[in-house]
Amino acid sequence: MKDFEPVIVAFCCHYCAYTAADMAGSKRLFYPSNVKIIRVPCSGKVDSLHIIKAFEKGADGVYVAGCLEGDCHFKNGNDKAAKKVAHMSKYLEEIGIEPERLEMVRMSAGMGERFAQVASEITDKIRKLGPSPIKAAAA
Amino acid sequence: MKTESNLEKVLSAGHLAVTSECGPPRGASAQTVVDKAKYLEGVVDAVNITDNQTAMVRMSSFAGSVLVKQQGMDPLLQMVTRDRNRLAMQADILGAYALGIDTMLCLSGDHTKFGDHAMAANVHDIDSIQLIQMVKGMRDEGTFQGGAEIKGVIPKMFIGAAANPFADPFELRVMRLAKKIAAGADFIQTQCIFNVEKFERWMEGVRKMGLHEKCYIMAGITPMKSVGAAKYMKNRVPGMDVPQELVDRMASVAKEDQPEEGIKICLETIERLKGVEGVAGFHIMAIDWEEKVEEIVKRAGLYPRPQV
Amino acid sequence: MITAERKPLEEILAYIKPFKRILLLGCNECVTVCAAGGRKEVGVLASGIQMSMLKNGTSIEIREHTLERQCDPEYVEELLPMIDSADAVLSMACGCGVQQLATRFKDKPVFPAVNTKFMGGSDRHGVWTERCQGCGDCLLGLTGGICPIAKCAKQLMNGPCGGSARGVCEIGEDVDCAWHLIWERLKALDLTEQYLEIMPAKDWRPGGGSGPRKIIREDLAE
Repeated sequence: MKDFEPVIVAFCCHYCAYTAADMAGSKRLFYPSNVKIIRVPCSGKVDSLHIIKAFEKGADGVYVAGCLEGDCHFKNGNDKAAKKVAHMSKYLEEIGIEPERLEMVRMSAGMGERFAQVASEITDKIRKLGPSPIKAAAA
Repeated sequence: MKTESNLEKVLSAGHLAVTSECGPPRGASAQTVVDKAKYLEGVVDAVNITDNQTAMVRMSSFAGSVLVKQQGMDPLLQMVTRDRNRLAMQADILGAYALGIDTMLCLSGDHTKFGDHAMAANVHDIDSIQLIQMVKGMRDEGTFQGGAEIKGVIPKMFIGAAANPFADPFELRVMRLAKKIAAGADFIQTQCIFNVEKFERWMEGVRKMGLHEKCYIMAGITPMKSVGAAKYMKNRVPGMDVPQELVDRMASVAKEDQPEEGIKICLETIERLKGVEGVAGFHIMAIDWEEKVEEIVKRAGLYPRPQV
Repeated sequence: MITAERKPLEEILAYIKPFKRILLLGCNECVTVCAAGGRKEVGVLASGIQMSMLKNGTSIEIREHTLERQCDPEYVEELLPMIDSADAVLSMACGCGVQQLATRFKDKPVFPAVNTKFMGGSDRHGVWTERCQGCGDCLLGLTGGICPIAKCAKQLMNGPCGGSARGVCEIGEDVDCAWHLIWERLKALDLTEQYLEIMPAKDWRPGGGSGPRKIIREDLAE
């Protein structure tokens, strides 16, 4: 378990987190390679199905990164995403997966540092939690 | 006279009638009913026996009424449409009349949500107005609600209904009363009156439609035991209107003087309502305070009760 | 539409525990609109079941499929090629769909994955409220288009009870008093006189009071 490297799926909004990730890259900021970024046109486009499938396919952690409050390019997709994440957290609990493995974060396109920091923090958190119970059971 | 009801006799003779209530126990003790009713003996013209009040299971109103009748008093059978369908209610009406009960009050009943069986079905096969119609049909047409003829003795009930002048929409409340009267209500017992001014406004509307001439309206009166009770009724009981100044007045006296203050308020209310055209009597609901009814009736100048 | 909500996963898992191969069926009609049992919900439930099973050291084979309409026999026929390879069927349709399946596939256990709730409409995105109880004898024409049977907690047919305050029902701050709404409508339509007419005791037979109901359209029925 010492060598456990979590797989983390980050659904990143094109207008904020994805650009922030880009910035983090061009600034050569370090963030863990555990985070697999999936670009979405808006965090509001992330569906319950995407989240649940990510876990089913072996993710140890999932987060949705959307724009700051009031800054959604499509009015309120980020708020919708937050509600969906809260809803899916309850479902994860029903299934027997720690709800802390799923998170909603917010940032703006200019926050390269924050992107890197969030990626590191979430990776640390999931590393401490250990492999997802699904992955553990499948192994 | 439509019935043999003592209450009808008192009202039709032009006296201010007085009724009070007796809530049956949450157990099978006949003695409890008798003891409670005894407080009201000779003090009122009829004793309301509540029907699973606040949607809590209690001894049936029917049985309570019979026990009160056995004491030589006049029970007023309350019946809610919440717990039984029209077959069961008509069966009880026949049974009650067979046992000498001739006065009843038709209600829809508190929602089960408020009681101890919130999981129970709310029947509401018919509503309170349709219940009035049904009882009237049994009495005046001699037929069951389904149309068939009643065999032999026809139950002749003096039919009461409730009215809440304080519920919303206010402008509809007089019309709702008109509807109950059109359905066949002979008398009305109102919700507890604390906001006298609002009640007077309602009565104005009642007189405008001439409803006080078609039906006896008995004003609901409740003595407040304490400032706590006043606040509870103001804030917690649906459909109650307790003005803040009454709560303040109760709070302004020492705790041990509050019961007397509550009685004073209730006596002042009765006095003021005696002067309101169309008020035909008083329904005194002394909740868990039946022993005070006699004192209230006496101090209000409503004693002795007329022998009619 | 007919509304529904997914059952707790635990209950669903208990139903399917004895089986190895499950056919999980959604419906494209009402339950899709109320986000309870459409194609997407089928996917989400399938994943949830798979993961729960895996976690408990068991496994199950789930075939996902969503029918156009589970309550019509024509669409249910579509399942013929796949029904044999399932030990049991888990349906995310309303109770009508579940029963259609149970009737058609007599030797196949069929379980509901949702609780069918009520006939209602959408108040706003994600919020559905009850509108109709299918009494079979619509009285909306007399009540300003607002149903006292579906929307009054006591099904009162002749006006509001004494528990109506500020337009709110006594059973809860989030429940409108149906009769308050009706009264406001009648006022707006200048039809307040209509209120004075007594609505007589209802005949509940068209509403299911005399057993399961049936409609036969002579011109259509074969």
